[in-house]
Amino acid sequence: MEKEGCSSAFSKMILEEAKKDKNIMVVCTDSRGSAKLGTYPDELPEQFVEIGIAEQNAVTVSAGMSHIGKKVFVLGPASFYSTRSSEQVKVDLAYSHNNVTVIGISGGVSYGALGATHHSLQDIALMRAIPNLTVEIPSDATQMRAVTAELLKVGRPTYIRIGRSPVPTLYNNVEDIRIGKANKWFAGHDAAVIACGQLVGRALEAAKLLKKEGIEITVVDMHTIKPLDTDMIRDVAEKCGCILTLEEHSIYGGLGGAISEFVVQNVPVPMKICGIPDEDIPNGSDAEVFRYYQLDPEGIAEKVKALINEKG
Amino acid sequence: MLDKEQIKKLKIQASEICEKTVELIYNGGGGHIGGDLSEVDIMISLFNYMKHDPKNPKWTGRDYFILSKGHSAETYYTLLSEYGYIDKKLLDKYGTFGSILGGHPNKKVAGVEANTGSLGHGLGLATGIALALKKDQKENRVYVLTGDGELGEGSNWEAIMSAAKYKLDNLTWIVDRNSLQISGKTEAVMPLESLKGKAEAFGFKTVEINGHDYEQIFSALSIREKEKPLCIIANTVKGKRLACAENRPDWHHKTPTKEQVEQLKKNMAEYRKELA
Repeated sequence: MEKEGCSSAFSKMILEEAKKDKNIMVVCTDSRGSAKLGTYPDELPEQFVEIGIAEQNAVTVSAGMSHIGKKVFVLGPASFYSTRSSEQVKVDLAYSHNNVTVIGISGGVSYGALGATHHSLQDIALMRAIPNLTVEIPSDATQMRAVTAELLKVGRPTYIRIGRSPVPTLYNNVEDIRIGKANKWFAGHDAAVIACGQLVGRALEAAKLLKKEGIEITVVDMHTIKPLDTDMIRDVAEKCGCILTLEEHSIYGGLGGAISEFVVQNVPVPMKICGIPDEDIPNGSDAEVFRYYQLDPEGIAEKVKALINEKG
Repeated sequence: MLDKEQIKKLKIQASEICEKTVELIYNGGGGHIGGDLSEVDIMISLFNYMKHDPKNPKWTGRDYFILSKGHSAETYYTLLSEYGYIDKKLLDKYGTFGSILGGHPNKKVAGVEANTGSLGHGLGLATGIALALKKDQKENRVYVLTGDGELGEGSNWEAIMSAAKYKLDNLTWIVDRNSLQISGKTEAVMPLESLKGKAEAFGFKTVEINGHDYEQIFSALSIREKEKPLCIIANTVKGKRLACAENRPDWHHKTPTKEQVEQLKKNMAEYRKELA
């Protein structure tokens, strides 16, 4: 399967869009390289702002630019933007209705052996608790392009978390992607797996493994964590009777938390929340970490079977 | 420069704004009165100096003002009401459930440019606005008023560095330097001096003035140095004009008694009589 990074996809797209619209601004915090911005800073210096290593100021300055009509995209490590500058996101973007998109790059455990300082495993819990903030975790480059296109048309305070490595391309058409609308794969009724980010690809592989064993599941790509597509959750809960959630995030307060809040109050079914447990995690690549916590296709398949047994 | 008549007019205006602000706080059941009163002369100067149109708050030719010390909202509300941005009747709702006039300013209030309250945000917002204006080659200026205790927040210094980097000579940062914060003297809580030295070292054209002297304020506001943002350190008296509150840290947030309000009104009436 073809692979493409979400950051590269964004960079190529924003360069072309910014050439046509001088109100587009890109802001970095010594992060243009890791954000894979390429030639953007050199080609469009008037639409590029380098703030240095100061995430709080980057968000606030972006809010100021937005106040007079700029369409601002801020890019830097998800770990720092979602924690160090979370107050600026809350106050200057969400509460102040400034149309700035924060793109948290190298999200989740992308930084691998660089360890816990660089992991962002609490960002969804933090960001989704903020009123008026849209929260996105695209699963592939097409979703990233679609979400960016939508935000360029109608801006809103948004946090997007993307990973560092290229990910398999799952979608061909940006038209299939809408903020707030989950994408459904397969139509099995034995279980539903709801995932986001790069774990969607692994969930799809797990579904193929399970099919070989005669187990048919539905996979939901819940790329928008907020606003949550509750119609989709209701639909798969009623059809499948159990839900396993899958995320590159703490098992506390993330995608699983969001879904369980809806399920327990509206369509109670057995659930299993899978992600990174509340502990110090071992150093290693993202693939190694996923395998360790059974978030690889084989591990996911086993967890799904256990849940189906629980459903009875 | 200002002539004597203009200064007299400003002084009368200040005494009235001071009175109305204290009444607003009294009626609303509380407010950050000390910082409200230390900023009165700076705020009046700005409202007289800046390009703005109360009939058209979103006028694209306006200068931008951000009250970074958002807790001093009551003076701001009083001025917005006096200039016609908001209906005077709205002031009666200050401090009541659901009122848009909360303890910190919100953009829902006509004339307010930014939702402030959490300290250390205004300088960054002003920097963003000034930077975008520069990029669009617009002539509007941006003014931001911070407190002094507020400068303990590191985000201010991040913003100051970026304003200097981008040579934002369309930005004016005013410090309401009343030298007090809620726990006591700023120099005891967390020393700021030499504040002028710091601002200069960070790349701002910096002047230190008496923040209650209109000639000095207007003269400072008119300073322009190419490619340098401007910092005006305005030395002020916390609780200015309310005798019982002047230079008292315990009046950071306090409601005056009816007698104290009456005394202030009497004092201000006498002051106006003397000026006349």
